[in-house]
Amino acid sequence: MVTIKEEVKKYNGLNVHFVPNEKFKTVHIVVKFRAPLSRETITKRALLPYVLQQGPNKYPSRKELQIALDNLYGAVLSIDGGKKGNSHILSFRLEVANEKFIPNESNIIEEAVGLLNEVIFHPNIDGNSFQEQVFNREKETLRQKIKSIVDDKMKYANMRLIDEMCEGEIYQTHVSGYEEDLSSLTAQDLYQYYKDLLENDQIDIYVLGDIEVNKMEQVISSTFKREGNQKTEKKVETDKSPSSKEVKEVIEEQNVQQAKLHIGYRTNILFQDSKYPALQVFNGVLGGFPGSKLFINVREKNSLAYYASSRLESHKGLLLVFSGIAPKDYQKARDIMEEQMTAMKDGDITNDELKETKDLIVNSLLETLDHPQGIIEMLYQQVIADTRISPDQLIENIQKVTLEEVIEVGKSIEEDTVYLLTSKGGE
Amino acid sequence: MNKKGYHQIEETLFHEKLNNGLDVYLLPRPQMSKTYAIFSTNYGSIDRTFIPIGETEEITVPDGIAHFLEHKLFEKEDRDVFADFGKQGASANAYTSFTKTAYLFSATSNVEENVKTLLDFVQDPYFSEQSVEKEKGIIGQEIKMYDDQPDWQSFMGTLKSLFKDTPVNIDIAGTIESISEITKDDLYTCYNTFYHPENMTFFIAGNFDPDSMMSLINENQNNKEFAKLEEIKRYYPTEPMEVAEKEIIQNMPVSVAKCTVGIKESHDELKGEKFVKKDLLQDMIITYFFSKSGQFYEQLYEENIIDSSFYFETNLDKNYGYSIIGGNTDNPDQFIDKIKELLLSTSSHEISEEDFERMKRKKIGQLLRSMNSLENIASKFIHYNTVAVDYFELIPTIQSLTVDDANQFLKEWITDDRLGVSKIVAG
Repeated sequence: MVTIKEEVKKYNGLNVHFVPNEKFKTVHIVVKFRAPLSRETITKRALLPYVLQQGPNKYPSRKELQIALDNLYGAVLSIDGGKKGNSHILSFRLEVANEKFIPNESNIIEEAVGLLNEVIFHPNIDGNSFQEQVFNREKETLRQKIKSIVDDKMKYANMRLIDEMCEGEIYQTHVSGYEEDLSSLTAQDLYQYYKDLLENDQIDIYVLGDIEVNKMEQVISSTFKREGNQKTEKKVETDKSPSSKEVKEVIEEQNVQQAKLHIGYRTNILFQDSKYPALQVFNGVLGGFPGSKLFINVREKNSLAYYASSRLESHKGLLLVFSGIAPKDYQKARDIMEEQMTAMKDGDITNDELKETKDLIVNSLLETLDHPQGIIEMLYQQVIADTRISPDQLIENIQKVTLEEVIEVGKSIEEDTVYLLTSKGGE
Repeated sequence: MNKKGYHQIEETLFHEKLNNGLDVYLLPRPQMSKTYAIFSTNYGSIDRTFIPIGETEEITVPDGIAHFLEHKLFEKEDRDVFADFGKQGASANAYTSFTKTAYLFSATSNVEENVKTLLDFVQDPYFSEQSVEKEKGIIGQEIKMYDDQPDWQSFMGTLKSLFKDTPVNIDIAGTIESISEITKDDLYTCYNTFYHPENMTFFIAGNFDPDSMMSLINENQNNKEFAKLEEIKRYYPTEPMEVAEKEIIQNMPVSVAKCTVGIKESHDELKGEKFVKKDLLQDMIITYFFSKSGQFYEQLYEENIIDSSFYFETNLDKNYGYSIIGGNTDNPDQFIDKIKELLLSTSSHEISEEDFERMKRKKIGQLLRSMNSLENIASKFIHYNTVAVDYFELIPTIQSLTVDDANQFLKEWITDDRLGVSKIVAG
């Protein structure tokens, strides 16, 4: 079958994953730091990427760092944070042209690894603190970013749904951090936290591309070094599922042209559960594709929306349904969307729908394996869920799902919250 | 069938112009799991005035019709084509730009079946009054969605300020009013004129055998008949060199104002060597000044005029071209004045040999990165092919550019009368 090769080695307190692959003209190096998601640390974790991207000690300004990257044939560096279930992951990504495709070049990859190591482990500091000036400036950058979430209505509605649905749960934590934390945060605090993260986060490094593993092993192991092993592995806690309750309805009004209707369901099934493949198929039949029930009924049959779909939060156990509609169509659209879910729970799924959806999921998994970041994210799922399921097995598991299993998972899905962002007065 | 090898980047491209005029390109990538195919017509939203096939008088059709036609081509008398692809495990999509309409699928199985489906559905239109009316609701919601997106409005505002008559100043999707006028007959008129094989390109990349793929496409096309097509007569207005309006201000409920400065890069037709040279230099030079390694970026950052929302983009097409520099700001006038001042200072700037070498490296790396993605290769290949440029030859072209070329370009790059501004402010 497809078979993605992955060799995992451990050295210097780091888990290193080599993924040799001839599909790509560039090499990807991704370093992932994982810690429990928490309200206390999130603003710091959200701010760190901004500060570190302003340049390490060796290239102490954004301009110098970028010139170094440009010289490496326009290598691309990005640092981002995100949540997967109740874990928070900081990812440092570097993509660099494979020297193989450039005449008279043989050192680009090794130099790129060195540069990434500088950015992560040798920041631009002043004693026991990040540089004050850089820190203050980037604090403002983050403040602006937090403030402007409301300008992206789809993203905003998503965040608000989770706020309402997961009130009091760890998962509610905003990945962009909180404005109220920023004013009291100092450059020393952030540096202290950065040192803590170097010691205590779980670190996984992925190296993917048309590479020779032996050669890369040497480069990686002689470059990246963590002082000592991971000290105390902090346990990622799971939220208690709230006892079943009435469906919560939240309506918010803003100056918008189009209303966003987002509905949250609890699936009570996680990525590592044996029922997860059946849940993926359930989601696919409901709203994963243009032939799915939501698309056909909300858009094609009733002309209510341009988009109507659903997706899973696989490490948290949520299924989210969303659509953009005219404000006056709220009740009608909600009824139709909820009817699709009810129909599925009642077993209204044909064998054709089942087969098509399975094929489409397999197709999209295979396509993910043609994208370098896709491969890395798919492999990293295993680290998050603490499982060993290879991409081949994931595909096989989808193919084995039966109609009965899909109907069975429907029983554990509960509607939790309906969130509507609409125009003033709903007209 | 012609075969052309590009050794440095390890690619082989097959080409044939079929009897009916269709250009077919095959790019085998046997390491990939998937195959990506795109069937594209040289017809976009700016093609609104033309002489319909078989007629003698020019007409102007309602705005948004190319995009409307794209939506309606998926719907047949008895079925939705998305479902056909779904049954064959493929995911299909389409898009309309200012100059192109493209239909595409990606699949990891049943590739030959899906190729036939793609060719057949695009070449077998079915429009009815009833389904045209139904689509107005769906596209209406698509337009409303864009109405709520400040970034899109900011982009369109910039084009409106730059272009007086070239229809890139009109939204691709049209307006609620303009699409309300569209009839079934309008769709057939546009379809019959612009979907002739002579005006179309088929590009497929991925995991397939080139010989059997070419014979399959040949056989499929030989079974269909098309009216004889003389050259399509399209009318584009004569566009002045200077901007249409110095400044366009729009009110939207944004948390931070959004500003752009636009450069009118081109206002008449360009092809071949002239096109590619301008295309590359335009991109390399704006990157040189405004990317994070650029001296302008550093200055803007240090003077606190820009934040992480700062961006720039540049685009050159057959008869228009623009660059946009933008970002969020609390002080729009300061932002605009400063960017303009910097731009106007470039004519006396001299790029050094060393800097230009780095610019070339960066551009080469960027091209190699874009070649990881079959989607990107296909759309870029077609884009360049329309203006008689070979996408796969871009790397040697970059290598042949000299610092004198760049400095020559720089002398004439900016004039005050080709700068326009767009502002989105709260209100």
